[in-house]
Amino acid sequence: MSDVSITHDAHVQHHFADAEQQRESAKFGMWLFLLTEVLLFGGLFVAYGVFRAWYPEMFINAHKHLDVILGGINTVVLITSSLTMALSIRSMQINNKKQTIFYLILTLLFALTFLVIKYFEYSHKIELGQLPGKLFTYQGIQGSNPHIFFSIYFAMTGLHGIHVLIGMIVISWILIRTGKNHFSPEYYTPIEMAGLYWHLVDMIWIFLFPLLYLIG
Amino acid sequence: MSKENVHITPVRTYLAVGITLLVLTGVTIGASFIDFGPYNVTIALAIASVKALLVAFFFMHLFWDNKIYLVIFAASLLFFTIFLTFSMFDTTTRGSIYPEKAEPINSQAPIYNK
Repeated sequence: MSDVSITHDAHVQHHFADAEQQRESAKFGMWLFLLTEVLLFGGLFVAYGVFRAWYPEMFINAHKHLDVILGGINTVVLITSSLTMALSIRSMQINNKKQTIFYLILTLLFALTFLVIKYFEYSHKIELGQLPGKLFTYQGIQGSNPHIFFSIYFAMTGLHGIHVLIGMIVISWILIRTGKNHFSPEYYTPIEMAGLYWHLVDMIWIFLFPLLYLIG
Repeated sequence: MSKENVHITPVRTYLAVGITLLVLTGVTIGASFIDFGPYNVTIALAIASVKALLVAFFFMHLFWDNKIYLVIFAASLLFFTIFLTFSMFDTTTRGSIYPEKAEPINSQAPIYNK
């Protein structure tokens, strides 16, 4: 048995030289994943740009059927959840487990609020037939092909909503592990990675909100 | 170990960033009710970009972290910009290259002839 493996902390995997290298590698991988996420949403943003260039009038008319107040509340909710997520990481850095759990639960509740509001928005649109593609039955939007706006709306907010849902699952998992004392000021990488993902989801909503709800 | 290298952000920094983000949300909603003509989109996107950068630099810690993460993030934005720019060039100028008038492709699609 070599001395190196004895001096290793329990949380450092044997193929890393030390905790710092392990942490930096995890972060590097996470940022690469976030890069692919930017490109995934990027495709939808480009679709948005192309269709908006084709039908500028229709986009302005169709966006008036989105609720700015609900969208605004959701923006505030998501930004606040990002703040509580950042604070939960900080709490673990200063070894305050109770506070970490408190902030993680707050983050989860904000995420849930976001999805509940989204549910009300969606059900209202389904009722009116403001649906994507050939499911679109709503009358009363001036301009050609208003169904395209709702295709874009549902594709973008839908993919974002799925990300929020996955975020909630990840945060719940982190919450359970925090409760089981898996983390310490020396090792809290999973909370940090969950945080990075959560902030990216927030960032995407920061762009979706003005592009969909605040046109014209 | 790594402890001395880890930057712990003060709570007041997080709160200041959070409050700025909420204020900017208010500003962007307010600005949407004022008509700046063709600059509406530009203003909305400029405010959103400032918000996104605040999130990236402070909440996501890029300001203090190893700059390699910033490079990765910047690379994603660079390639997205290339994707967007060339797509927009194509779709907005295609009509002036071909003699035919630019028309939506979808009018030809069978599902629209119900």
